[in-house]
Amino acid sequence: MSTTAVDVRDVSKRFQLAKERYTSLKERVIHGGRVKREDLWALRDVNFTVAEGETVGILGRNGSGKSTLLKCICGVLQPTSGEVIVRGNLAGLLELGAGFQQELSGRDNIYLNGSMLGMSKRDVDKIFDEIVAFAELEQFIDHQVKFYSSGMYVRLGFAVAVNMDPHVLVIDEVLSVGDERFQRKCMERIKTFQEEGRTILFVTHSPDQVRSICDRAVVLDEGHLVAEGPPGEAVRIFREHLLEASDVLNQGSVGQTPAVSEEAVADEAAARSFVQEGLRPVRFTDVRVYYPGMEERPYLLTGDALHIRLHFNATTVTKGVVFVLELRDTGGNCILRTDTDILGQQIDVPEGTGAIEFRFATFPFLDGAYEVHAGIQSRLGGVVFDWREPAASFEVMHPGRSTGIVDLPVQALMVEGPMAEVAAGVSQTVVPS
Amino acid sequence: MVLEVPGPVPGPSDVNQTEQENGSPTELTFGSPWPDGNGAAKVTRTVSANVGLWRRVVAVWRSRELLANLVRTEIKVKYKNSVLGIMWSMVAPAMTLIIFTIVFSFLLKNGIPHFVIFLFSGLLLWNFFQTAVQTGTGTIVNNSGLVKKVSFPREILALASVGTASVFFFFQAIVMVIFLFLVPNAPDYSLIPLVFLALLAGAVWAAALAVFLSAVNVYLRDTQHLVEVLLTAWFWACPIVYAYQRTVAKSSKLHQWHLTWIYFLNPLTPLVMTFQRVLYNIPVGRLTVKPYQVARFLPPWSGSTYLVADLAVLGIGLVLFVLALVVFGRLEGNFAEEL
Repeated sequence: MSTTAVDVRDVSKRFQLAKERYTSLKERVIHGGRVKREDLWALRDVNFTVAEGETVGILGRNGSGKSTLLKCICGVLQPTSGEVIVRGNLAGLLELGAGFQQELSGRDNIYLNGSMLGMSKRDVDKIFDEIVAFAELEQFIDHQVKFYSSGMYVRLGFAVAVNMDPHVLVIDEVLSVGDERFQRKCMERIKTFQEEGRTILFVTHSPDQVRSICDRAVVLDEGHLVAEGPPGEAVRIFREHLLEASDVLNQGSVGQTPAVSEEAVADEAAARSFVQEGLRPVRFTDVRVYYPGMEERPYLLTGDALHIRLHFNATTVTKGVVFVLELRDTGGNCILRTDTDILGQQIDVPEGTGAIEFRFATFPFLDGAYEVHAGIQSRLGGVVFDWREPAASFEVMHPGRSTGIVDLPVQALMVEGPMAEVAAGVSQTVVPS
Repeated sequence: MVLEVPGPVPGPSDVNQTEQENGSPTELTFGSPWPDGNGAAKVTRTVSANVGLWRRVVAVWRSRELLANLVRTEIKVKYKNSVLGIMWSMVAPAMTLIIFTIVFSFLLKNGIPHFVIFLFSGLLLWNFFQTAVQTGTGTIVNNSGLVKKVSFPREILALASVGTASVFFFFQAIVMVIFLFLVPNAPDYSLIPLVFLALLAGAVWAAALAVFLSAVNVYLRDTQHLVEVLLTAWFWACPIVYAYQRTVAKSSKLHQWHLTWIYFLNPLTPLVMTFQRVLYNIPVGRLTVKPYQVARFLPPWSGSTYLVADLAVLGIGLVLFVLALVVFGRLEGNFAEEL
């Protein structure tokens, strides 16, 4: 049984940009065949597959072709060449409430939208109440959609799309609308969607969203698919592309990372050839967490030091290796992601075993359990030698009484009233009078 | 747990990706309300520049419920906030009938008995055809919001125009039936099925033209205006306001030069004449003006002549409809960009 939900095969899309577009007969006749058209390839030979049940993010700068790709997948645009094969029913949220008819009531629009997604009236009947409840529009469902606030509009649009239970859901940057509470609700819905084993494809600018919900991500740049891999790697490559682009924009200005050196490219090529031969030259052997007093208690005290040691074994000399460290809370939120490259370490691994340690002077987070994710990759991020998640975990106890997420250095001072003299000096600098 | 990194992750310089096997996906076990999608038999859809005709037809057929919904929407929107609502689509033709009766009984007597019924029989079909083609031509452009954002077989929009027109036809037909009872003039009940055949043939032609013109109109917006003008000309090419038997067949140049067949190149002519034959049903009668002689108002054709003619029109219409779908498929690729 095939398990591919979306198969994008050699998809290219050409837009023809005319300086002026002649759409009337008169203009066509006058200008004859002399309409100069400029070709713009929004997509060039894009290939990737999405397996059933996978959540794949599409990252890319503005104009990188991600929306065009989604439109091709949804069938709104036809690729100039190549094809997209979609297995199962697909619901596209290219724009929330796109199929809504202003003059109709919310109720009628649900049925209209449902039939656009290929559902019969009976099918929509079954989930109608669910949609209304999700959109929180019980009172307004029989009002014309044109009287809805933009928030209500968006809620109805999302509610319809997700409750139609498509096998494949395609979302284009629409999660950034709506109030925060509804956004959270949407994310929860998406999570249950994932648990139900459905396929989600979505476009976003937000790397954090990719990290928190995607299994995999693809990066598009100028119509080319430049990378495909685990979210962390994809985000990294996406960032690199952003930086490259900004380097081009401000030529000579100081970028955050140095331009890719020839050496790095050579290392990258070497790394790739290793992996292509099926070798994983550098692998973790162990990842351990150290903190003061770990012999007595199985938890770290907030504010104590934290050392995370990554033990590895190299079967051969490997140049240009980057060790990646991620700390995540139990909700899967990344609280820190860093690597040796960012921290200014150039590492060439000799043959044999070794260990690298990330040292946190203090760990300010309050009670909770945290996971350590660790990876080894090439400097340009194109090759992943090893990736473990979680590689280790640890628990934190806060000896103090304040609650929340992080222990920020804070003081409480009386700044007004008869007892205020003590802090007078401070308040004057902080509070503008 | 080790996250499987599927093979080499290609670097920034890699353009062509090879297909990758991904980790085993979860088996779909949820109960889905989709008619044909319970995990086992999912519909596979291909988006590409060349989708075969058969697939298009299947896609259109699958979307028939959408078609019904679009028709419903269009009618609802047209009569929103109006007290009489859909009744207006009956008031308008009723009014036309009353006016025609007054005009042709007192002002413009042309001698044909119950001329209003003759006129309305032809108009019934023509109004349907004209509404369908006219609204169908503009439908893709007018629904650009949908076309650019939502995926569905776009032909449905053109077909919905025909559907909407047929709803209006239905209400006009009710008015016609009432009128037939008021005026003592019985239709030829034995030939009633011919009316439905002619209507079907007209609908197929309207659908073919609507599908074709709606696509062309996206690229050449003049089309909708051109169509409006051409439809007026077409109207006069059909024997609606005048009786074929008393004009073309008798005294016209076409008749003199034995070129009457040219007149029948118009596919609507046999259809309109079928409506007249069945609903008007006064082949021979006495003129209502001097010299009050007995005259022939409808051609002396048997029912089977009408049957054959209508079937021929239907057949050609079906061929054109298929061609229109093919052309539509060719032009459809750039809709979202051109709108």
